[in-house]
Amino acid sequence: MVKTILRRLLQMIPVLFVVVTLTFILTRMIPGNPATAVLGPQATTEDIAKMEEKMGLNKSKIEQYGMYWNDILHGDFGTSYAYGTPVLDLLGQRIPNTLVLSLTSLVLALLIGIPIGVYSAVHQNTAFDYIFMFLALLGISVPIFWFALMMVLVFAVNLGWFPAMGIGDWSNGFWGYVQYMVLPVICLTLHPMATFARISRSSTLETINTDYIKAMRSKGLSEPKLLWKHAFKNALPPIITVVGMQLAYCVTGAMLTETIFSWPGMGMLIVKAVTNRDYSLIQGTVVIVALVFIVVNLLVDLAYMLVNPKVSYEGGGKN
Amino acid sequence: MSEEILKVENLKTYFFTASGVAKAVDGVSYTLKKGEILGIVGESGSGKSVSASSVIRLLPKTGRVVDGTILFEGKDMRKISDKELRKIRGSDISVIFQDPMTSLDPVFKVGSQMVELIRTHNKVSKEEARKIAVENLALVGIPDPERRMNAYPHELSGGMCQRVMIAMAISCHPKFMIADEPTTALDVTVQAQVLGLLKELQEKTDTAIMLITHNLGIVWKMCDTVMVMYAGKTVEFADMKELYKNPLHPYTWGLLDSIPKLSDTEKAELKAIPGTPPDLRLTGKCCNFYNRCPYATDICREQVPELVEVAPGHKVACHHQNGVETLVRGKEAASDE
Repeated sequence: MVKTILRRLLQMIPVLFVVVTLTFILTRMIPGNPATAVLGPQATTEDIAKMEEKMGLNKSKIEQYGMYWNDILHGDFGTSYAYGTPVLDLLGQRIPNTLVLSLTSLVLALLIGIPIGVYSAVHQNTAFDYIFMFLALLGISVPIFWFALMMVLVFAVNLGWFPAMGIGDWSNGFWGYVQYMVLPVICLTLHPMATFARISRSSTLETINTDYIKAMRSKGLSEPKLLWKHAFKNALPPIITVVGMQLAYCVTGAMLTETIFSWPGMGMLIVKAVTNRDYSLIQGTVVIVALVFIVVNLLVDLAYMLVNPKVSYEGGGKN
Repeated sequence: MSEEILKVENLKTYFFTASGVAKAVDGVSYTLKKGEILGIVGESGSGKSVSASSVIRLLPKTGRVVDGTILFEGKDMRKISDKELRKIRGSDISVIFQDPMTSLDPVFKVGSQMVELIRTHNKVSKEEARKIAVENLALVGIPDPERRMNAYPHELSGGMCQRVMIAMAISCHPKFMIADEPTTALDVTVQAQVLGLLKELQEKTDTAIMLITHNLGIVWKMCDTVMVMYAGKTVEFADMKELYKNPLHPYTWGLLDSIPKLSDTEKAELKAIPGTPPDLRLTGKCCNFYNRCPYATDICREQVPELVEVAPGHKVACHHQNGVETLVRGKEAASDE
């Protein structure tokens, strides 16, 4: 297990190298000049040239690439042109906002989606199964931007129950903060919840009809124990896969949802960084996000090992 | 030897499917005494497994016992509550399944599955349950049982897994065991070992066993009484020795003929019963075996034969072997067509 973790951590190095290089190349390929984007349309050619020098854009691409690596290795992801703050500070402010939203949604999606899926599997072909699997299909298919706008229209504009946009403040009490979360959380929960429900249903269906469940039933084990201890543990691997993917998306934030609700998180930050041609910020966020994906993948693989004794990454069985 | 453990009378288990009702078990009766081994023989789909599953209500969702009584130690298994049933399952009645490799939960260690079972039925601590489990593993001949407790099922061979299944089956001292083709998935050499083990344990503990098999060779080795099933019905029921010496039903003859013999010459063909078993949705109007039976006559096509006792303890369901008429084995009916 420790050997696996160490080996996987070493494997991260080439992946990160490729990520850094690719983002560097891709950001340089975005049309438009960052200096103009910062200074605005009224800037003179002189101002732009000065700005370019300040940003290091007048140097050759190879030099810029070298400087970039030098900075990263010193733990410096550069300073955002648009915000004038170091990229890491900016990420430090935004990531917590995103995590509040995305982790809440993920937990809700797990707590609601998985029991619905498992219950549907046990009660296959009943009204409950049909209704909830139809809803899950809807949940997967509905475009999030449309759903978010409808939520705003109904619950914020027409009914006025929740604010339409922005982030709350804890100084206004619990509800003062949470009321701003309700609509974005609902939007962010919908899709993973539906995915979890469907995958848990199909995965559980496969395991509740196996020989070993029948054999254990013949030994007098109770149905809840059969279902939640034995069938569910065997059904876990596919569920872990999709949960892992959703967990990784938690950090990138939902670009659409955060933008629609003006939630100052990572999603909104990335969208703005791209429109501003904020090279350092784009590069910084992409590297961080890549890092998160790699770590989550590692966690998922380790979870497989815990759940399924047949899984081993050491090569060969562990007899 | 006279204490009755299980009494099944006129058991009818039907499967209700979209395309019709399949009469998987259609009026089967038998009794099992303490320490007795009853062999149920028949080909695939003859209702052997279903009749056993009916006893402990382990039928698939589409199957239902529609008629008959099942008395286990006087308790009506069709009427007891789920809770009572769970208490009986695994302790008083235990089952050994056909494929040991898929009958153990792959993600739990063998030991923890045994401990779980023991603690489901006995109020003992984890340590005590572990001790019992190790003892049972040793009893079924697993070398180094302490270490095997920490093995996952995929780390054991098929024969080893079946030994574990047997160890689990005996761990709560069952009065009655259902062995559903316990050796079908195993190597021939291992088969003999597992059967020997079952017989040995059975003699030690005086457990009644229902042994389901399609192999008459196993029956001769293991059983006291034999029931031959065909298409959901009992066609012959007798003492093992009686059946061996004096088989009466043409289907039993067919089964016996299909066993290859050492005396067969190299070129001798394997004898098979021609044709296929009938569609279980359409049975019940004639002798189910008539279209494959070389001795069949018109009456076989028109009437269902009754199971009649032709000698003490020997019952046959055949129009031509009912004690009034008799057939000569190998001498086929003069074809009237």
